[in-house]
Amino acid sequence: MAYSDKVIDHYEHPRNVGRLDDKSDNVGTGMVGAPACGDVMRLQIQVNENGVIEDAKFKTYGCGSAIASSSLLTEWVKGKSIDEAEQIKNTAIAEELALPPVKIHCSVLAEDAIKAAVKDIRAKRGLVSGGAGEAQEEAAS
Amino acid sequence: MKLPIYLDYSATCPVDPRVASKMAEQMTMEGNFGNPASRSHLYGWKAEEAVEEARRHVAELVNADPREIVWTSGATESDNLAIKGAAHFYQSKGKHIITSKIEHKAVLDTCRQLEREGFEVTYLNPREDGIVYPEQVEEALREDTILVSLMHVNNEIGVINDIAAIGELCRAKKVVFHVDAAQSAGKLPIDLAEMKVDLMSFSAHKAYGPKGIGALYVRRKPRVRLEAQMHGGGHERGMRSGTLPTHQIVGMGEAFRIAKEEMGAENERLIALRNRFWDQIKDMEEVHINGSVEQRVPGNLNVSFAFVEGESLIMSLRDLAISSGSACTSASLEPSYVLRALGVNDELAHSSLRFSFGRFTTESDVDTAAVEVRKAVEKLRELSPLWDMYKDGIDLNTIEWAAH
Repeated sequence: MAYSDKVIDHYEHPRNVGRLDDKSDNVGTGMVGAPACGDVMRLQIQVNENGVIEDAKFKTYGCGSAIASSSLLTEWVKGKSIDEAEQIKNTAIAEELALPPVKIHCSVLAEDAIKAAVKDIRAKRGLVSGGAGEAQEEAAS
Repeated sequence: MKLPIYLDYSATCPVDPRVASKMAEQMTMEGNFGNPASRSHLYGWKAEEAVEEARRHVAELVNADPREIVWTSGATESDNLAIKGAAHFYQSKGKHIITSKIEHKAVLDTCRQLEREGFEVTYLNPREDGIVYPEQVEEALREDTILVSLMHVNNEIGVINDIAAIGELCRAKKVVFHVDAAQSAGKLPIDLAEMKVDLMSFSAHKAYGPKGIGALYVRRKPRVRLEAQMHGGGHERGMRSGTLPTHQIVGMGEAFRIAKEEMGAENERLIALRNRFWDQIKDMEEVHINGSVEQRVPGNLNVSFAFVEGESLIMSLRDLAISSGSACTSASLEPSYVLRALGVNDELAHSSLRFSFGRFTTESDVDTAAVEVRKAVEKLRELSPLWDMYKDGIDLNTIEWAAH
Protein backbone atom coordinates (compact mmCIF):
# COMPACT_ATOMS: atom_id res chain seq x y z
CA MET A 1 0.00 0.00 0.00
CA ALA A 2 1.28 3.45 -0.80
CA TYR A 3 1.28 5.87 2.10
CA SER A 4 1.11 9.63 1.71
CA ASP A 5 4.25 11.62 2.49
CA LYS A 6 2.57 13.05 5.59
CA VAL A 7 1.79 9.61 6.97
CA ILE A 8 5.36 8.52 6.36
CA ASP A 9 6.70 11.67 7.99
CA HIS A 10 4.62 11.17 11.14
CA TYR A 11 5.40 7.49 11.17
CA GLU A 12 9.13 7.97 10.89
CA HIS A 13 9.28 11.00 13.17
CA PRO A 14 6.34 10.62 15.50
CA ARG A 15 5.61 13.75 17.57
CA ASN A 16 4.99 13.68 21.29
CA VAL A 17 5.55 10.00 21.95
CA GLY A 18 5.38 9.20 25.62
CA ARG A 19 3.44 8.92 28.74
CA LEU A 20 2.07 11.35 31.29
CA ASP A 21 1.24 10.43 34.86
CA ASP A 22 -2.30 9.19 34.57
CA LYS A 23 -2.76 9.51 38.34
CA SER A 24 -2.28 13.29 38.09
CA ASP A 25 -5.40 15.44 38.39
CA ASN A 26 -4.19 17.49 35.46
CA VAL A 27 -3.91 14.54 33.08
CA GLY A 28 -6.72 13.08 31.04
CA THR A 29 -6.19 9.68 29.43
CA GLY A 30 -8.07 8.21 26.51
CA MET A 31 -7.38 4.61 25.59
CA VAL A 32 -9.36 3.31 22.63
CA GLY A 33 -9.31 0.37 20.25
CA ALA A 34 -8.54 -3.28 20.86
CA PRO A 35 -5.50 -5.47 20.25
CA ALA A 36 -7.68 -8.00 18.47
CA CYS A 37 -8.60 -5.37 15.89
CA GLY A 38 -4.98 -4.39 15.38
CA ASP A 39 -5.23 -0.86 16.81
CA VAL A 40 -4.89 0.54 20.32
CA MET A 41 -4.36 4.25 20.93
CA ARG A 42 -3.48 5.89 24.23
CA LEU A 43 -3.75 9.66 24.16
CA GLN A 44 -2.97 11.76 27.22
CA ILE A 45 -3.51 15.46 27.69
CA GLN A 46 -2.18 17.72 30.43
CA VAL A 47 -4.70 20.46 31.11
CA ASN A 48 -4.17 23.66 33.10
CA GLU A 49 -6.69 25.43 35.37
CA ASN A 50 -8.14 27.34 32.44
CA GLY A 51 -8.95 24.18 30.60
CA VAL A 52 -6.17 24.63 28.07
CA ILE A 53 -4.17 21.64 26.91
CA GLU A 54 -0.53 22.34 27.73
CA ASP A 55 0.95 19.04 26.73
CA ALA A 56 -0.11 15.90 24.92
CA LYS A 57 1.50 12.49 24.59
CA PHE A 58 0.53 9.34 22.77
CA LYS A 59 1.45 5.76 22.24
CA THR A 60 -0.18 3.67 19.54
CA TYR A 61 -0.18 0.02 18.61
CA GLY A 62 -1.36 -0.16 15.04
CA CYS A 63 -0.60 0.40 11.41
CA GLY A 64 1.31 3.40 10.05
CA SER A 65 -1.89 5.37 9.51
CA ALA A 66 -2.99 4.82 13.09
CA ILE A 67 0.37 5.99 14.39
CA ALA A 68 0.31 9.01 12.09
CA SER A 69 -3.28 9.91 13.07
CA SER A 70 -2.45 9.96 16.76
CA SER A 71 0.84 11.77 16.25
CA LEU A 72 -0.92 14.49 14.24
CA LEU A 73 -3.65 14.74 16.85
CA THR A 74 -1.16 15.51 19.63
CA GLU A 75 0.16 18.40 17.54
CA TRP A 76 -3.30 19.76 16.93
CA VAL A 77 -4.62 19.62 20.48
CA LYS A 78 -1.71 21.38 22.14
CA GLY A 79 -2.72 24.95 23.05
CA LYS A 80 -6.40 24.25 22.43
CA SER A 81 -9.03 24.29 25.14
CA ILE A 82 -10.60 20.95 25.92
CA ASP A 83 -13.85 22.21 24.42
CA GLU A 84 -12.11 23.00 21.16
CA ALA A 85 -10.15 19.76 21.19
CA GLU A 86 -13.21 17.61 21.42
CA GLN A 87 -14.60 19.29 18.32
CA ILE A 88 -11.81 17.84 16.18
CA LYS A 89 -13.35 15.64 13.54
CA ASN A 90 -11.93 12.48 12.08
CA THR A 91 -12.56 13.83 8.59
CA ALA A 92 -10.08 16.63 9.19
CA ILE A 93 -7.42 14.15 10.24
CA ALA A 94 -8.15 11.86 7.30
CA GLU A 95 -7.96 14.80 4.93
CA GLU A 96 -4.72 16.18 6.36
CA LEU A 97 -3.03 12.77 6.11
CA ALA A 98 -4.69 11.83 2.81
CA LEU A 99 -5.81 8.51 4.27
CA PRO A 100 -7.20 5.98 1.80
CA PRO A 101 -10.74 4.65 2.46
CA VAL A 102 -9.52 1.45 4.17
CA LYS A 103 -7.63 3.57 6.71
CA ILE A 104 -10.43 5.97 7.64
CA HIS A 105 -11.05 3.95 10.79
CA CYS A 106 -7.63 5.10 12.06
CA SER A 107 -8.82 8.71 12.04
CA VAL A 108 -12.08 7.67 13.70
CA LEU A 109 -10.04 6.04 16.45
CA ALA A 110 -8.05 9.25 16.92
CA GLU A 111 -11.26 11.25 17.30
CA ASP A 112 -12.49 8.71 19.84
CA ALA A 113 -9.18 9.01 21.70
CA ILE A 114 -9.36 12.78 22.22
CA LYS A 115 -13.02 12.56 23.21
CA ALA A 116 -12.15 9.88 25.77
CA ALA A 117 -9.24 11.92 27.15
CA VAL A 118 -11.40 15.01 27.54
CA LYS A 119 -14.11 12.96 29.21
CA ASP A 120 -11.51 11.59 31.63
CA ILE A 121 -10.18 15.01 32.62
CA ARG A 122 -13.72 16.32 33.07
CA ALA A 123 -14.55 13.41 35.34
CA LYS A 124 -11.38 13.99 37.34
CA ARG A 125 -11.97 17.71 37.66
CA GLY A 126 -15.52 17.12 38.71
CA LEU A 127 -14.47 14.78 41.45
CA VAL A 128 -11.52 16.82 42.62
CA SER A 129 -12.62 20.46 42.63
CA GLY A 130 -16.15 20.46 43.87
CA GLY A 131 -17.62 17.07 44.44
CA ALA A 132 -20.55 15.38 42.82
CA GLY A 133 -22.63 18.50 42.14
CA GLU A 134 -20.19 20.10 39.77
CA ALA A 135 -19.54 16.85 37.94
CA GLN A 136 -23.22 16.48 37.23
CA GLU A 137 -23.40 20.05 36.03
CA GLU A 138 -20.59 19.43 33.61
CA ALA A 139 -22.07 16.23 32.40
CA ALA A 140 -25.34 18.02 31.74
CA SER A 141 -23.77 20.91 29.84
CA MET B 1 23.55 -5.84 -1.82
CA LYS B 2 20.31 -5.52 -3.75
CA LEU B 3 17.61 -3.68 -1.83
CA PRO B 4 15.07 -4.47 -0.64
CA ILE B 5 16.43 -7.86 0.44
CA TYR B 6 14.10 -10.52 -0.93
CA LEU B 7 12.82 -12.74 1.89
CA ASP B 8 9.50 -13.76 0.38
CA TYR B 9 10.39 -16.97 -1.45
CA SER B 10 7.16 -18.60 -0.28
CA ALA B 11 5.27 -16.05 -2.36
CA THR B 12 7.33 -16.60 -5.46
CA CYS B 13 10.94 -17.21 -6.52
CA PRO B 14 13.06 -15.51 -9.11
CA VAL B 15 13.57 -17.78 -12.11
CA ASP B 16 16.91 -19.57 -11.93
CA PRO B 17 19.13 -18.18 -14.72
CA ARG B 18 19.70 -21.73 -15.99
CA VAL B 19 15.95 -22.07 -16.36
CA ALA B 20 15.54 -18.70 -18.05
CA SER B 21 18.15 -19.48 -20.70
CA LYS B 22 16.47 -22.79 -21.57
CA MET B 23 13.12 -21.06 -21.83
CA ALA B 24 14.53 -18.44 -24.16
CA GLU B 25 15.43 -21.18 -26.63
CA GLN B 26 11.78 -22.14 -27.12
CA MET B 27 10.33 -19.00 -28.62
CA THR B 28 11.79 -17.42 -31.74
CA MET B 29 12.01 -18.48 -35.38
CA GLU B 30 15.53 -19.74 -34.69
CA GLY B 31 14.36 -21.56 -31.58
CA ASN B 32 11.96 -24.36 -30.75
CA PHE B 33 8.73 -22.42 -31.31
CA GLY B 34 6.52 -25.15 -32.79
CA ASN B 35 3.17 -26.34 -31.51
CA PRO B 36 3.78 -29.62 -29.65
CA ALA B 37 0.46 -30.87 -31.02
CA SER B 38 1.54 -30.42 -34.67
CA ARG B 39 2.08 -33.94 -35.98
CA SER B 40 2.88 -33.08 -39.57
CA HIS B 41 6.31 -31.42 -39.41
CA LEU B 42 9.64 -31.21 -37.64
CA TYR B 43 8.76 -28.02 -35.70
CA GLY B 44 5.94 -29.80 -33.96
CA TRP B 45 7.95 -32.95 -33.32
CA LYS B 46 10.79 -31.03 -31.74
CA ALA B 47 8.45 -29.06 -29.52
CA GLU B 48 6.76 -32.27 -28.44
CA GLU B 49 10.14 -33.75 -27.63
CA ALA B 50 10.98 -30.80 -25.38
CA VAL B 51 7.61 -31.04 -23.63
CA GLU B 52 8.07 -34.76 -23.01
CA GLU B 53 11.57 -34.28 -21.67
CA ALA B 54 10.21 -31.70 -19.24
CA ARG B 55 7.43 -34.07 -18.24
CA ARG B 56 10.08 -36.67 -17.38
CA HIS B 57 11.94 -34.18 -15.20
CA VAL B 58 8.79 -33.31 -13.26
CA ALA B 59 7.91 -37.00 -12.88
CA GLU B 60 11.42 -37.88 -11.73
CA LEU B 61 11.41 -35.31 -8.93
CA VAL B 62 8.45 -37.09 -7.33
CA ASN B 63 9.17 -40.62 -8.58
CA ALA B 64 6.11 -40.85 -10.80
CA ASP B 65 5.46 -42.08 -14.33
CA PRO B 66 5.62 -39.23 -16.89
CA ARG B 67 2.20 -40.31 -18.15
CA GLU B 68 0.82 -39.31 -14.74
CA ILE B 69 1.76 -35.64 -15.19
CA VAL B 70 -0.83 -33.23 -16.62
CA TRP B 71 0.26 -29.67 -17.44
CA THR B 72 -1.84 -26.84 -16.05
CA SER B 73 -1.45 -23.09 -15.63
CA GLY B 74 -0.34 -23.42 -12.01
CA ALA B 75 -1.20 -24.93 -8.65
CA THR B 76 -4.51 -23.04 -8.45
CA GLU B 77 -5.72 -24.66 -11.64
CA SER B 78 -4.33 -28.02 -10.52
CA ASP B 79 -6.27 -27.76 -7.25
CA ASN B 80 -9.44 -26.84 -9.13
CA LEU B 81 -9.04 -29.67 -11.61
CA ALA B 82 -8.24 -32.22 -8.91
CA ILE B 83 -11.01 -31.30 -6.48
CA LYS B 84 -13.84 -30.42 -8.86
CA GLY B 85 -12.74 -33.09 -11.32
CA ALA B 86 -12.73 -35.88 -8.73
CA ALA B 87 -15.86 -34.64 -6.92
CA HIS B 88 -17.83 -34.47 -10.14
CA PHE B 89 -16.62 -37.83 -11.36
CA TYR B 90 -17.22 -39.73 -8.12
CA GLN B 91 -20.35 -37.96 -6.88
CA SER B 92 -22.51 -41.00 -7.46
CA LYS B 93 -20.49 -42.72 -4.69
CA GLY B 94 -21.01 -39.95 -2.17
CA LYS B 95 -20.84 -36.21 -1.67
CA HIS B 96 -18.59 -35.77 1.37
CA ILE B 97 -15.19 -34.09 1.16
CA ILE B 98 -12.57 -33.56 3.88
CA THR B 99 -10.07 -30.71 3.91
CA SER B 100 -8.57 -28.37 6.53
CA LYS B 101 -9.15 -24.80 7.63
CA ILE B 102 -5.63 -23.74 6.72
CA GLU B 103 -5.57 -24.81 3.09
CA HIS B 104 -4.69 -22.35 0.36
CA LYS B 105 -7.64 -20.35 -0.94
CA ALA B 106 -7.43 -22.30 -4.19
CA VAL B 107 -8.61 -25.34 -2.23
CA LEU B 108 -10.93 -23.56 0.22
CA ASP B 109 -12.78 -21.56 -2.41
CA THR B 110 -13.09 -24.61 -4.65
CA CYS B 111 -14.61 -26.51 -1.73
CA ARG B 112 -17.01 -23.62 -1.12
CA GLN B 113 -18.10 -23.84 -4.73
CA LEU B 114 -18.75 -27.58 -4.34
CA GLU B 115 -20.81 -26.84 -1.23
CA ARG B 116 -22.97 -24.59 -3.37
CA GLU B 117 -23.38 -27.54 -5.74
CA GLY B 118 -24.64 -29.74 -2.92
CA PHE B 119 -21.46 -31.38 -1.62
CA GLU B 120 -20.76 -31.49 2.10
CA VAL B 121 -17.29 -30.43 3.29
CA THR B 122 -15.61 -31.08 6.65
CA TYR B 123 -12.93 -28.50 7.48
CA LEU B 124 -10.45 -30.00 9.94
CA ASN B 125 -8.85 -27.73 12.47
CA PRO B 126 -5.09 -28.23 12.73
CA ARG B 127 -3.59 -28.66 16.18
CA GLU B 128 -1.68 -25.83 17.83
CA ASP B 129 1.49 -26.79 15.93
CA GLY B 130 -0.31 -26.26 12.62
CA ILE B 131 -0.32 -29.93 11.69
CA VAL B 132 -3.38 -31.95 10.66
CA TYR B 133 -2.85 -35.37 12.23
CA PRO B 134 -3.80 -38.67 10.55
CA GLU B 135 -6.12 -39.60 13.41
CA GLN B 136 -8.11 -36.42 12.79
CA VAL B 137 -8.63 -37.52 9.20
CA GLU B 138 -9.53 -41.03 10.32
CA GLU B 139 -12.20 -39.69 12.65
CA ALA B 140 -13.69 -37.52 9.92
CA LEU B 141 -13.86 -40.23 7.24
CA ARG B 142 -17.42 -41.41 6.53
CA GLU B 143 -19.13 -43.95 4.32
CA ASP B 144 -19.94 -41.25 1.79
CA THR B 145 -16.51 -39.55 1.81
CA ILE B 146 -15.15 -39.44 -1.73
CA LEU B 147 -12.20 -37.07 -1.43
CA VAL B 148 -9.63 -35.83 1.07
CA SER B 149 -7.64 -32.73 0.09
CA LEU B 150 -4.78 -31.59 2.32
CA MET B 151 -1.66 -29.56 1.72
CA HIS B 152 1.78 -31.07 2.11
CA VAL B 153 3.37 -27.86 3.42
CA ASN B 154 1.44 -24.82 4.59
CA ASN B 155 2.26 -21.63 2.71
CA GLU B 156 2.18 -19.31 5.74
CA ILE B 157 3.78 -21.33 8.51
CA GLY B 158 5.72 -23.94 6.52
CA VAL B 159 4.67 -26.93 8.65
CA ILE B 160 4.61 -30.38 7.09
CA ASN B 161 1.69 -32.81 7.17
CA ASP B 162 2.35 -36.55 7.28
CA ILE B 163 0.80 -37.26 3.90
CA ALA B 164 2.22 -40.79 3.73
CA ALA B 165 0.22 -41.81 6.81
CA ILE B 166 -2.91 -39.97 5.67
CA GLY B 167 -2.56 -41.64 2.26
CA GLU B 168 -2.64 -45.09 3.89
CA LEU B 169 -5.92 -44.23 5.63
CA CYS B 170 -7.53 -42.94 2.47
CA ARG B 171 -6.42 -45.89 0.35
CA ALA B 172 -7.77 -48.36 2.91
CA LYS B 173 -11.17 -46.69 2.58
CA LYS B 174 -10.86 -46.21 -1.21
CA VAL B 175 -11.13 -42.45 -0.82
CA VAL B 176 -9.33 -40.26 -3.37
CA PHE B 177 -6.48 -38.33 -1.74
CA HIS B 178 -5.39 -35.00 -3.22
CA VAL B 179 -2.32 -33.15 -1.94
CA ASP B 180 -1.42 -29.56 -2.74
CA ALA B 181 2.38 -29.74 -2.98
CA ALA B 182 2.95 -26.21 -4.27
CA GLN B 183 5.13 -25.39 -1.25
CA SER B 184 6.88 -28.74 -0.94
CA ALA B 185 7.90 -29.89 -4.42
CA GLY B 186 11.65 -29.45 -4.72
CA LYS B 187 11.93 -28.72 -1.00
CA LEU B 188 11.05 -32.09 0.53
CA PRO B 189 11.57 -35.61 -0.79
CA ILE B 190 8.36 -36.88 -2.39
CA ASP B 191 8.09 -40.49 -3.55
CA LEU B 192 4.78 -41.15 -5.23
CA ALA B 193 5.67 -44.79 -5.86
CA GLU B 194 5.59 -45.20 -2.09
CA MET B 195 3.10 -42.57 -0.91
CA LYS B 196 -0.52 -43.41 -1.50
CA VAL B 197 -1.43 -40.07 -2.99
CA ASP B 198 -3.84 -40.04 -5.93
CA LEU B 199 -3.64 -36.43 -7.06
CA MET B 200 -0.90 -33.90 -6.40
CA SER B 201 -0.70 -30.22 -7.41
CA PHE B 202 2.57 -28.58 -8.40
CA SER B 203 3.62 -25.04 -9.18
CA ALA B 204 6.74 -24.05 -11.10
CA HIS B 205 7.31 -20.59 -9.68
CA LYS B 206 7.70 -21.75 -6.09
CA ALA B 207 10.70 -23.78 -7.26
CA TYR B 208 12.61 -21.23 -9.37
CA GLY B 209 10.59 -21.88 -12.51
CA PRO B 210 8.34 -19.41 -14.35
CA LYS B 211 4.87 -18.26 -13.26
CA GLY B 212 1.88 -19.44 -15.25
CA ILE B 213 2.74 -23.12 -15.37
CA GLY B 214 2.05 -26.00 -13.05
CA ALA B 215 1.11 -29.64 -13.16
CA LEU B 216 -1.28 -32.14 -11.67
CA TYR B 217 -0.16 -35.66 -10.90
CA VAL B 218 -2.98 -38.11 -11.67
CA ARG B 219 -2.31 -41.66 -10.49
CA ARG B 220 -2.61 -44.48 -13.04
CA LYS B 221 -2.48 -47.49 -10.69
CA PRO B 222 -5.00 -47.62 -9.15
CA ARG B 223 -6.45 -45.37 -11.76
CA VAL B 224 -7.99 -42.08 -10.69
CA ARG B 225 -10.59 -40.50 -12.95
CA LEU B 226 -11.34 -36.82 -13.32
CA GLU B 227 -13.99 -34.83 -15.10
CA ALA B 228 -12.23 -32.25 -17.25
CA GLN B 229 -12.78 -28.60 -16.33
CA MET B 230 -11.34 -27.18 -19.56
CA HIS B 231 -12.72 -28.51 -22.81
CA GLY B 232 -11.22 -28.18 -26.24
CA GLY B 233 -8.70 -30.04 -28.34
CA GLY B 234 -8.37 -32.94 -25.96
CA HIS B 235 -4.79 -32.23 -24.94
CA GLU B 236 -3.29 -33.94 -21.90
CA ARG B 237 -5.38 -37.11 -22.36
CA GLY B 238 -8.53 -35.04 -22.42
CA MET B 239 -8.00 -33.83 -18.88
CA ARG B 240 -6.86 -30.33 -19.80
CA SER B 241 -7.28 -28.89 -23.25
CA GLY B 242 -5.27 -25.96 -24.50
CA THR B 243 -2.10 -25.52 -26.57
CA LEU B 244 0.89 -26.46 -24.48
CA PRO B 245 3.17 -23.49 -23.74
CA THR B 246 6.50 -25.09 -24.63
CA HIS B 247 8.68 -22.39 -23.08
CA GLN B 248 6.81 -22.49 -19.77
CA ILE B 249 6.82 -26.27 -19.67
CA VAL B 250 10.53 -26.48 -20.49
CA GLY B 251 11.12 -23.93 -17.71
CA MET B 252 9.23 -26.00 -15.18
CA GLY B 253 11.02 -29.16 -16.29
CA GLU B 254 14.43 -27.57 -15.93
CA ALA B 255 13.51 -26.05 -12.55
CA PHE B 256 12.38 -29.43 -11.24
CA ARG B 257 15.47 -31.16 -12.69
CA ILE B 258 17.71 -28.71 -10.84
CA ALA B 259 15.64 -29.09 -7.67
CA LYS B 260 16.12 -32.85 -7.68
CA GLU B 261 19.84 -32.46 -8.12
CA GLU B 262 20.40 -29.71 -5.56
CA MET B 263 17.69 -30.22 -2.95
CA GLY B 264 19.90 -31.89 -0.36
CA ALA B 265 22.64 -29.28 -0.32
CA GLU B 266 20.16 -26.45 -0.65
CA ASN B 267 18.15 -27.59 2.35
CA GLU B 268 21.24 -27.77 4.52
CA ARG B 269 22.16 -24.25 3.48
CA LEU B 270 18.64 -22.94 4.11
CA ILE B 271 18.41 -24.49 7.56
CA ALA B 272 21.75 -22.88 8.43
CA LEU B 273 20.50 -19.50 7.18
CA ARG B 274 17.23 -19.80 9.05
CA ASN B 275 19.02 -20.72 12.27
CA ARG B 276 21.47 -17.89 11.76
CA PHE B 277 18.59 -15.45 11.46
CA TRP B 278 16.62 -16.85 14.38
CA ASP B 279 19.72 -16.90 16.63
CA GLN B 280 20.01 -13.15 16.17
CA ILE B 281 16.45 -12.32 17.18
CA LYS B 282 15.35 -15.09 19.55
CA ASP B 283 16.68 -13.40 22.70
CA MET B 284 14.19 -10.55 22.29
CA GLU B 285 11.30 -10.67 24.73
CA GLU B 286 7.97 -12.07 23.62
CA VAL B 287 9.01 -13.29 20.19
CA HIS B 288 7.37 -16.57 19.15
CA ILE B 289 7.63 -18.94 16.21
CA ASN B 290 4.21 -19.92 14.84
CA GLY B 291 3.76 -23.59 14.02
CA SER B 292 5.95 -26.60 14.64
CA VAL B 293 9.67 -25.87 14.56
CA GLU B 294 10.73 -29.48 13.95
CA GLN B 295 8.18 -30.41 11.29
CA ARG B 296 8.80 -27.43 9.05
CA VAL B 297 10.13 -26.80 5.57
CA PRO B 298 13.71 -25.42 5.67
CA GLY B 299 13.15 -21.95 4.17
CA ASN B 300 10.24 -20.75 6.30
CA LEU B 301 10.07 -18.84 9.55
CA ASN B 302 6.81 -17.31 10.76
CA VAL B 303 7.33 -15.15 13.82
CA SER B 304 5.04 -13.14 16.09
CA PHE B 305 6.47 -10.03 17.69
CA ALA B 306 4.06 -9.36 20.52
CA PHE B 307 2.80 -5.81 21.13
CA VAL B 308 3.85 -4.65 17.66
CA GLU B 309 1.42 -4.53 14.76
CA GLY B 310 2.49 -6.38 11.60
CA GLU B 311 1.64 -3.78 9.01
CA SER B 312 3.56 -1.02 10.78
CA LEU B 313 6.44 -3.44 11.23
CA ILE B 314 6.55 -4.06 7.50
CA MET B 315 6.42 -0.30 6.95
CA SER B 316 9.53 0.04 9.11
CA LEU B 317 11.26 -2.74 7.28
CA ARG B 318 11.29 -1.09 3.90
CA ASP B 319 14.66 -2.65 3.07
CA LEU B 320 13.19 -6.11 3.48
CA ALA B 321 10.70 -7.74 1.12
CA ILE B 322 8.62 -9.84 3.51
CA SER B 323 4.96 -10.49 4.06
CA SER B 324 2.71 -10.05 7.02
CA GLY B 325 1.03 -13.07 8.51
CA SER B 326 -1.94 -10.79 8.68
CA ALA B 327 -3.82 -9.85 5.57
CA CYS B 328 -3.98 -6.18 6.55
CA THR B 329 -2.00 -5.16 3.51
CA SER B 330 -4.65 -6.52 1.22
CA ALA B 331 -7.15 -4.00 2.57
CA SER B 332 -8.76 -6.56 4.79
CA LEU B 333 -8.38 -5.91 8.49
CA GLU B 334 -8.67 -9.55 9.45
CA PRO B 335 -5.60 -11.27 10.83
CA SER B 336 -4.38 -14.44 9.13
CA TYR B 337 -7.00 -17.22 9.03
CA VAL B 338 -4.17 -19.73 9.23
CA LEU B 339 -2.82 -18.39 12.52
CA ARG B 340 -6.32 -18.06 13.94
CA ALA B 341 -7.04 -21.69 13.13
CA LEU B 342 -3.93 -22.59 15.16
CA GLY B 343 -5.45 -20.81 18.13
CA VAL B 344 -2.97 -17.93 17.99
CA ASN B 345 -4.77 -15.00 19.60
CA ASP B 346 -5.78 -12.10 17.40
CA GLU B 347 -3.23 -9.76 18.90
CA LEU B 348 -0.32 -12.08 18.14
CA ALA B 349 -1.79 -12.93 14.75
CA HIS B 350 -1.71 -9.21 13.94
CA SER B 351 1.93 -9.13 15.00
CA SER B 352 3.36 -11.83 12.80
CA LEU B 353 5.70 -11.82 9.85
CA ARG B 354 6.65 -14.55 7.41
CA PHE B 355 10.31 -14.71 6.45
CA SER B 356 11.07 -17.14 3.65
CA PHE B 357 14.61 -17.77 2.55
CA GLY B 358 15.74 -19.25 -0.76
CA ARG B 359 18.39 -20.11 -3.29
CA PHE B 360 19.78 -16.61 -3.63
CA THR B 361 19.65 -15.58 0.05
CA THR B 362 23.08 -14.92 1.55
CA GLU B 363 24.42 -14.82 5.09
CA SER B 364 24.84 -11.08 4.86
CA ASP B 365 21.18 -10.80 3.77
CA VAL B 366 19.97 -12.53 6.92
CA ASP B 367 22.40 -10.60 9.13
CA THR B 368 21.13 -7.30 7.77
CA ALA B 369 17.56 -8.48 8.10
CA ALA B 370 18.06 -9.46 11.73
CA VAL B 371 19.54 -6.06 12.61
CA GLU B 372 16.67 -4.27 10.85
CA VAL B 373 14.04 -6.40 12.53
CA ARG B 374 15.48 -5.78 15.99
CA LYS B 375 15.63 -2.04 15.36
CA ALA B 376 12.09 -1.87 14.05
CA VAL B 377 10.57 -3.97 16.81
CA GLU B 378 12.35 -1.95 19.49
CA LYS B 379 11.22 1.32 17.94
CA LEU B 380 7.60 0.22 17.62
CA ARG B 381 7.53 -1.19 21.14
CA GLU B 382 8.62 2.22 22.39
CA LEU B 383 5.52 3.51 20.61
CA SER B 384 3.22 0.77 21.84
CA PRO B 385 0.86 1.26 24.78
CA LEU B 386 0.52 -2.53 24.95
CA TRP B 387 4.25 -2.87 25.53
CA ASP B 388 4.00 -0.34 28.38
CA MET B 389 1.21 -2.36 29.91
CA TYR B 390 3.14 -5.59 29.52
CA LYS B 391 6.14 -3.97 31.21
CA ASP B 392 3.87 -2.77 34.03
CA GLY B 393 2.82 -6.36 34.55
CA ILE B 394 -0.73 -5.90 33.28
CA ASP B 395 -2.30 -8.95 31.67
CA LEU B 396 -3.87 -7.67 28.46
CA ASN B 397 -6.48 -10.42 28.56
CA THR B 398 -7.96 -8.95 31.74
CA ILE B 399 -8.82 -5.67 30.05
CA GLU B 400 -12.18 -5.10 28.49
CA TRP B 401 -11.40 -3.68 25.09
CA ALA B 402 -13.96 -1.88 23.04
CA ALA B 403 -13.92 -3.77 19.76
CA HIS B 404 -14.34 -1.45 16.82
